[in-house]
Amino acid sequence: MKLLVNGREREVDAPSDMPLLWVLRDVLGYTGTKFGCGMAQCGACTVHLDGKAVRACSTPVAAVGSRAVTTIEGLSSDGSHPVQRAWAEVDVVQCGYCQPGQIMTAAALLTTNPKPTDADIDAALSGNICRCGAYQRIRAAVHRAAELKGGA
Amino acid sequence: MRLILISSLVLAGCSHSEGPAPATPVPMAAAAAPASAQAPLAAFETVRAVLQDPRCQNCHPAIDQPLQTDQGFVHAMNVQRGPTGHGLPGAECSACHGKANAPDSYGPHQPPGVATDWHLPPPEMKMVFVGRSSRELCEQLKDPQRNGHKDMAGLLQHVSSDPLVLWGWSPGFGRRPVSVPHAEFVAAFKRWSDAGAPCPQ
Repeated sequence: MKLLVNGREREVDAPSDMPLLWVLRDVLGYTGTKFGCGMAQCGACTVHLDGKAVRACSTPVAAVGSRAVTTIEGLSSDGSHPVQRAWAEVDVVQCGYCQPGQIMTAAALLTTNPKPTDADIDAALSGNICRCGAYQRIRAAVHRAAELKGGA
Repeated sequence: MRLILISSLVLAGCSHSEGPAPATPVPMAAAAAPASAQAPLAAFETVRAVLQDPRCQNCHPAIDQPLQTDQGFVHAMNVQRGPTGHGLPGAECSACHGKANAPDSYGPHQPPGVATDWHLPPPEMKMVFVGRSSRELCEQLKDPQRNGHKDMAGLLQHVSSDPLVLWGWSPGFGRRPVSVPHAEFVAAFKRWSDAGAPCPQ
């Protein structure tokens, strides 16, 4: 089947019920997206389908269809996306495992809501679990990303 | 008691030429029971039991958050109804709920999905099922201003064929379906509506 991943059309030879996450990581080599729980409860596997945050672990690859897949590798080519810049500036990351998912959800949030409140951020990111408890810095970085995006 | 109720509903379905054929043989004792003036209300009780089954009422909550499981826990992850019933930006229902249930091979606890998109009723018409008495639920169900602007024909079509309604009987691996069979639910709904949709006092 054909998949549009990070702007490139890819021919994928995989069973139709293989989770998108496995295709991304094990077939196409995009290992930035992480496996956490395998049942859409932790958010580590979050990618974008047509710009919307979606859990790749519980999405069969055949369900993607013609929608454009964006992984953390595709958010920018050089880490210059406002969310990535804000993440570095605020020094959000501790262990880092959940951060690709956190960043993808934050980027999707800012696309729809360019000036989110604390409550907006908490609601958007409550499905992305951080075992290090970096939530305060995550929230601060989303606010900073909103500033960077607005000023860009 | 339950067998008698179910059997009488099957009989009720037989009394209409367009009703579904009974799927199971009717016990003689039930066949001999006289038609009761309470039959439409008994039929509504079957409808009520379905609407207030966790598979249905978990997304018809009294609060602005969906519920989960047979216990009706508030949905994890701080999921909210949102401005259209589809969640909030970044945490839309569609972030986890796709166009179909996950394959059985994915195991239990997968977020369910449906072709017409997972969602709650919108905030301006919440269609609350949780905690409603039979009478309250009945009156709400009949009121187009509170039921999604549907007349009885529209409601019957909705309960007969809406994919999100049908999902209740095909809820995905490891999840208990609605207890009342779908055909029995529709037959009871029709019996109730054909009798003028009376509400319990």
